[in-house]
Amino acid sequence: MSTELSNVEELAIKDYKYGFQTEIDMDTLPKGLSEETVRAISLRKGEPEWMLEWRLKAYRHWLTIKKENEPHWANLKFPDVDFQDIIYYAAPKQKPVINSLDEVDPELLKTFEKLGISLQEQKRLSGVAVDAVFDSVSVTTTFKAELSKHGIIFCSMSEAVKEHPELVKKYIGSVVPYTDNFYAALNSAVFSDGSFCYIPKGVRCPMELSTYFRINTSGTGQFERTLLIADNGGYVSYLEGCTAPMRDENQLHAAVVELIALDDATIKYSTVQNWYPGDKEGKGGIYNFVTKRGACRGVNSKITWTQVETGSAITWKYPSCILQGDNSIGEFYSVAVTNNHQQADTGTKMIHLGRNTKSTIVSKGISAGKSNNSYRGLVRVHKKAENARNFTQCDSLLIGDRCGAHTFPYIEVGNPSAKVEHEATTSKIGEDQLFYLRQRGIAMEDAINMIVNGYCKDVFRELPMEFAVEAQKLLSISLEGSVG
Amino acid sequence: MENIKSKDWYLTNFKTIEGSINGESKTPFHELRRKAIEKFEEVDFPTAKDEDWKYTSISEILKYKFESAETIKVSKEEINKHLIPGLKVNLVVVINGNFSKELSHIHKQADGVRIDSFKNLRKSDPDLIMEHFGKHAQIDNGFVALNTAFANDGIVISVPDNAAIEDYVHILNLTGNGTSNVLSQPRNLVIIGKNSAVKVIESYHSISDTESLVNVVNEVSLGENSHFGLYKLQKECNRSFHINRTQAHQSKGSEFTHFSITLGGSIVRNDTNIVLDGENCTGNLFGLYLTEGTQHVDNHTLIDHAKPHCRSNEMYKGVLNDKSRGVFNGKVFVREDAQKTNAYQSNKAILLTADCKVDTKPQLEIYADDVKCSHGAAIGQLDEEAVFYLRSRGIGEELARKVLIRAFANDIFETLTSAELHDHLNHLVYDKLK
Repeated sequence: MSTELSNVEELAIKDYKYGFQTEIDMDTLPKGLSEETVRAISLRKGEPEWMLEWRLKAYRHWLTIKKENEPHWANLKFPDVDFQDIIYYAAPKQKPVINSLDEVDPELLKTFEKLGISLQEQKRLSGVAVDAVFDSVSVTTTFKAELSKHGIIFCSMSEAVKEHPELVKKYIGSVVPYTDNFYAALNSAVFSDGSFCYIPKGVRCPMELSTYFRINTSGTGQFERTLLIADNGGYVSYLEGCTAPMRDENQLHAAVVELIALDDATIKYSTVQNWYPGDKEGKGGIYNFVTKRGACRGVNSKITWTQVETGSAITWKYPSCILQGDNSIGEFYSVAVTNNHQQADTGTKMIHLGRNTKSTIVSKGISAGKSNNSYRGLVRVHKKAENARNFTQCDSLLIGDRCGAHTFPYIEVGNPSAKVEHEATTSKIGEDQLFYLRQRGIAMEDAINMIVNGYCKDVFRELPMEFAVEAQKLLSISLEGSVG
Repeated sequence: MENIKSKDWYLTNFKTIEGSINGESKTPFHELRRKAIEKFEEVDFPTAKDEDWKYTSISEILKYKFESAETIKVSKEEINKHLIPGLKVNLVVVINGNFSKELSHIHKQADGVRIDSFKNLRKSDPDLIMEHFGKHAQIDNGFVALNTAFANDGIVISVPDNAAIEDYVHILNLTGNGTSNVLSQPRNLVIIGKNSAVKVIESYHSISDTESLVNVVNEVSLGENSHFGLYKLQKECNRSFHINRTQAHQSKGSEFTHFSITLGGSIVRNDTNIVLDGENCTGNLFGLYLTEGTQHVDNHTLIDHAKPHCRSNEMYKGVLNDKSRGVFNGKVFVREDAQKTNAYQSNKAILLTADCKVDTKPQLEIYADDVKCSHGAAIGQLDEEAVFYLRSRGIGEELARKVLIRAFANDIFETLTSAELHDHLNHLVYDKLK
């Protein structure tokens, strides 16, 4: 993979490319959270009774764990979040019924264009179906017709609740129950929207599915809920990319993603996360507290998480795999970059339950400026998980002498046939490597970009092509100015 | 409930002891003990909710009411059983946490070198004790608090600048009296001057097979360019509980080697913490544990790189049998200005049965950029191909496995410089494998 040298233009706009706010009328609920808020959200979305019940159960559970048990174990420092100071629902007022793109609010289309995900272009060129989530309500879904030919359901969560209640009812909360953790409970109570995808038996999804998330409206917590199910023999590759406008106060994002792979199914979930990280002094930025988990329920199933995390003031995220089915495979590839005052505490959990289960973890952390970057992972081999195999590699790269890189790997092995390997290294960019590139006339900045890209290659290789290119650019933007 | 009860038990015991030491109660030394019991009342015994005790439950320990015991009569033969054949040592015998002068045998040392009991020195040289007691081992859990509060006896080794203790100092700890649940809490101090060298063997054995609790705290201070080797052998009976805290502070250019081998005990917890607080320090931590039955062995290490240009080298290995459990937690801290740090850590374990379990957590926290830190952990079983190789050459299965386990453990033994110690420990491991 060759490294593209960023041109002057790109360097000039590197600060935060996506910092703008779209002027669209919003239908918002007042700030604050109460049972009323939960009811109001459910009402506005026209949800059936059982969904509301589920939300309320989650809300009541959240109340019981509030405050004292708010998770503080991560290696992060941030002020307490005031949950009464958040708007829990914001929908574009003008809710369009989509037949064609012409009906979409032109302002909205412009926003997407600025983000570089012009729907028309996506449609025409790349063959990627985009379910664009604008704040909290899905505005448009493309390629639906094409997908439905294969029997694939790909729609917004609210639509799925209405049209495929049997599937939603069966699977929602089955991987991440609302009792799982503080933020999962919060999300279950107030989730606004998200994507839903069902791949029927034996179907290989013909295109890469993708959702672009976008946080708009100051003070709106975004509570996405994504549910992906691949039935026996199904295959799907799903992309998630994120940008947010530049805001000064911290915004909370507490999403839940659930993946379910049945017999012989494969799910690939790739994320590029580029939310506003705050300015150079660490002011502002998004709090990203996400619960992502996949269950390899069936025999020979496989789930791959690939993530490139460059944004957010705080990232708290552990995409995990529960390897229940025999011979199932879990994979986690991650690049996490922190600069200035960013903090990241991210990693994965691999829970081996079935026989002959395999997991691979490759985590590459890069810290620059005054940032702190932690890898926190768990590999657990249960007593009955015969012949489980795990390989973990977590490397950290330090740029500058005021940043921190930390690793907290937990390894729990309860079966003697398990083979668990863990390797970790921490180092800085080699002087000799830099010198080699510099003496060939390559500028310092470019030389660092090249080395960093090479260091991340193992992960980028796992990303779909379009994403890999974008990820490389993001990386150089994030590290901009970190070298003196 | 159990927990509250045992906390009260030790608090009451403290009051009883305090009532009987009328002459001492005003001393600054006792002031520290009183502070420690207050701290104990506050922090209590650790529970699974404490991150550092996540994998080690001490509820079994709290079932018993342990109390301090007097020294008892032990025969020369009993002592000789635990000596290392052929190795010339300064023998120091400690029974139930009390120094035994009659059984000890200390050679004449150079001027200024002291190998004496903590109790004696508290009277004859209180300044020395006060300078170091409680200065290195911070009270961060109930056990350290308890040891500090009940600190009474133990061994002090003090070496002035430019001196050395020629032979090993063997601190032989015997615990038990056959009648009560003995609580032995030795408090040891090792103070080494500039350019000096000391080697200490610390061994723990039982003299009865009733439940006992040994709760040791070692505080070590290494002067500039000094060398210190601490070799610990834990071979108590399978009903004993053992909690050990070793805290070392290293000055510029010093080298500290800690070697730990754990064979006995029901629940064993070792906390080995070193602070590399000067340039060019070297810290070596090596450990081996062999467990069987329902033994539980927990090794926690903390290496704090506080200054630049230091090296640390860590290697722990475990072999687990039956239903035993092993825990390893290795923390490496690299402080902001500790540039050019080189830290290496490795942790490996072999599981021999389906019922044993290993939990391991190698942890790196790095705040400097020009460093080389790596750690590796591997957990698995014996390589079947290697077993097959040996068997195809006519070696019985049992022996083949034994040979492979010994080969696995050999990396740790190779760090030993004394042939006598090497052979002795090797034999003990061999016996345990039977």
